[in-house]
Amino acid sequence: MAELRHRGATDKELQHQNSEDKGSETEGKERDGASDNETKSDSGVPVPADDTPVVLNKALSGLSSRWKNWWVRGILTLAMISFFFIIIYLGPMVLMMIVLCVQIKCFHEIITIGYSVYHSYHLPWFRTLSWYFLLCVNYFFYGETVTDYFFTLVQREEPLRILSKYHRFISFALYLTGFCMFVLSLVKKHYRLQFYMFGWTHVTLLIVVTQSHLIIHNLFEGMIWFIVPISCVICNDIMAYMFGFFFGRTPLIKLSPKKTWEGFIGGFFSTVVFGILLSYLMSGYRFFVCPVEFNNDSNSFTVYCEPSELFQLQNYGLPPVLQSITGWTTVKLYPFQIHSIALSAFASIMGPFGGFFASGFKRAFKIKDFANTIPGHGGIMDRFDCQYLMATFVNVYIASFIRGPNPSKVIQQLLALRPDQQLHIFNSLKAHLTEKGLLPALEEAA
Amino acid sequence: MTELRRRGGGGGDPDSTENISDKEADGDDKLTFPGEGEGEMEGDSKADTPDVPPSTDNTPQCLNKALEGLSSRWKNWWIRGILSLTMIIGFFLIIYLGPIMLILVVMGVQIKCFHEIITIGYRVYHSYDLPWFRTLSWYFLICVNYFFYGETVADYFGALVQREEPLQFLVRYHRFISFALYLAGFCMFVLSLVKKHYRLQFYMFAWTHVTLLIVVTQSHLVIQNLFEGMIWFIVPISIVICNDIMAYLFGFFFGRTPLIKLSPKKTWEGFIGGFFATVVLSFFFAYLLSQYQYFVCPVEYNSETNRFAVECEPSNLFMIQEYTLPAVVQNAVRWKTVNLYPFQIHSIALSSFASLIGPFGGFFASGFKRAFKIKDFADTIPGHGGIMDRFDCQYLMATFVHVYIASFIRGPNPSKVLQQLLVLQPEQQLSIFNTLRNHLRENGMLPPAVEEAQ
Repeated sequence: MAELRHRGATDKELQHQNSEDKGSETEGKERDGASDNETKSDSGVPVPADDTPVVLNKALSGLSSRWKNWWVRGILTLAMISFFFIIIYLGPMVLMMIVLCVQIKCFHEIITIGYSVYHSYHLPWFRTLSWYFLLCVNYFFYGETVTDYFFTLVQREEPLRILSKYHRFISFALYLTGFCMFVLSLVKKHYRLQFYMFGWTHVTLLIVVTQSHLIIHNLFEGMIWFIVPISCVICNDIMAYMFGFFFGRTPLIKLSPKKTWEGFIGGFFSTVVFGILLSYLMSGYRFFVCPVEFNNDSNSFTVYCEPSELFQLQNYGLPPVLQSITGWTTVKLYPFQIHSIALSAFASIMGPFGGFFASGFKRAFKIKDFANTIPGHGGIMDRFDCQYLMATFVNVYIASFIRGPNPSKVIQQLLALRPDQQLHIFNSLKAHLTEKGLLPALEEAA
Repeated sequence: MTELRRRGGGGGDPDSTENISDKEADGDDKLTFPGEGEGEMEGDSKADTPDVPPSTDNTPQCLNKALEGLSSRWKNWWIRGILSLTMIIGFFLIIYLGPIMLILVVMGVQIKCFHEIITIGYRVYHSYDLPWFRTLSWYFLICVNYFFYGETVADYFGALVQREEPLQFLVRYHRFISFALYLAGFCMFVLSLVKKHYRLQFYMFAWTHVTLLIVVTQSHLVIQNLFEGMIWFIVPISIVICNDIMAYLFGFFFGRTPLIKLSPKKTWEGFIGGFFATVVLSFFFAYLLSQYQYFVCPVEYNSETNRFAVECEPSNLFMIQEYTLPAVVQNAVRWKTVNLYPFQIHSIALSSFASLIGPFGGFFASGFKRAFKIKDFADTIPGHGGIMDRFDCQYLMATFVHVYIASFIRGPNPSKVLQQLLVLQPEQQLSIFNTLRNHLRENGMLPPAVEEAQ
């Protein structure tokens, strides 16, 4: 995440922006060494290799180290944002693939940290087992998603139908195989290490895999539910950094000494405004607003629908206070913009806690960055640590306030019931619909 | 878990052999430590081998007095035997008392298991005095339980929930409320991070979560199995207990070939003998239980009497059917057909799982105890150890039974489906109505329409 900076920092500190974390870490290390029993033989944090591409290095060779760093970060930030726009343009399928890849890379990064913390790179079988569990859990989650959204396709193909009917059983059997392999691979000398890595793998799976599937669920609701939350978090990062850079004075939390209250509050307000404007922009386009559906005939994803009420302009009467200020009596808004205020408020207030958690984690295990994948920024996890809480929040928000259950899933469950239960539900539904006036009363009763 | 014994162990004390060989095994681990690479590599082993306090003798006074005369070996044997009987009788008592009691007991067991595992974590990491952490662990337990019980309650107590206004609100925003509660705990954790103890705190955080994942999810699966019908709760648990006891007895009398290095007292003879004995015994036990509505009917909540009722028309699974024996068996037994409950066939699957895969849960717990150098999870039950020691094989079983029911037996819950239907948009409801009507017409459940009054 972007680091907010003390205003009082001198140029020298600017220069050592990257090494500042190291400084506070060594200070922490000394104190830790006294009381934290686990630090005795744990050192091996390799100095991050300079991963900057040669071309960038050449172009910036003239500048001083401080500005060079700044430029590298800036260029990479722009590159990542452009990449984001490109994949949005390419559509839902590509987005899903990218989410899957990011998930795999994050998993790999965290597991690698586990190996280096526990020096357990040579444990028998363990690398294989970790990847096997990742595959199992992904299979389970993707299976649940596929069954929900690709219902008609699944019903058509016979092998898919069987896989879907016994999905839970197959997933459980696969997981059990991994579990038994783990038990059989326990080696006398390495019991504790193996249990640690087992626990580490499972916690990582819990965090990384479940959240990436929540992201995909959000995506299927409509790309806007994917784009707006991620953009709010990115915006909050950048805005908090800017406000901290220009106005930062009061430190926010001991865990991340470079964060400031000014950055936090400034970031909050600017993110809320940004969220409102962005949602206004996006709510006009069907491409973003419609739920992603799988079209059986064309065998591709389509985003084509009648936009729901959430995305149709409505008139809201302004409270008198605002009326006198702006001179308008009513304002036209998409209801989604009201929701976006909730989303951006969460991103600004809770998102940073995800970042503090990751900072604490890095300090606890004495690492500077999760990995060196992105020059100037660290690993993929470093960029995505705030996103995880956000994805869960959006999913819970949608489930609680926006969407009802998925109709195709309900049909699927209906058809799996026994005939007498189906009849009972049919009659209840008919009574309900007739009451509401959706069914003409002339319908012949069963 | 009951320990199987090597026959070649000779006439030595059964239980002191058990104590000694565990200590030897621990000793082996200890011996290898100083010189081994692990001692150097595993940075956190040097100073935090937990000082396992010697097991306090928890045996009640009266038992001690009654068994004074016997030698230590037989005393131990008797204590284990008496406690086993006591637990089994306790089990029957609780079943007799009904579903509510069972749910409460499951909940009590869950809390005790959680407490045991967390206490081990504290000892391993010497983190008993970490600020806030005990509070946070219990808080997370409450959150996750609230989430799971909320989901169950909404499903099974549909009518009650619809009646009460505050309950309706809680159910509708249940996920949001649970998530908010969890987030509060998460933020408290982040704010409680103390500079000197980062790593310990993260370890305890992860330990708590893995424990929750294991203990709480499984106990809720147990409760969901219970709601399907008490037989789905009683038979799996009995099968695991039976497998324990049978494998112990077979190992005691015939045990010779060791099964796995992890648990040196288990033998192949015990394993295989236990497998066959369990399949046969559970076959008959399922026959016994399938006759009573009390066990076989799904537990339902009766809104009028505000109690649980187990009364229904037993499903096909619990009605005797005739099966034709294959020719081979016909020659052997001279019967052509046999009357069985279909549930008995399912019980064969359940007992095979319990005998073949269940022990892996026990090996996992043994490995865990060796890894963290503890003899037992706790000292709650004299002669047996902690609650976790007794329940370690049950966890895999509970998940298996749940998955089995979901895949092969039951369809979705009808009232839940109706509930979801009523929440949909009207045009979605209409389209589903039409699809359902066509489907029912095809199946002949509805007379074909003469007129389409759309």
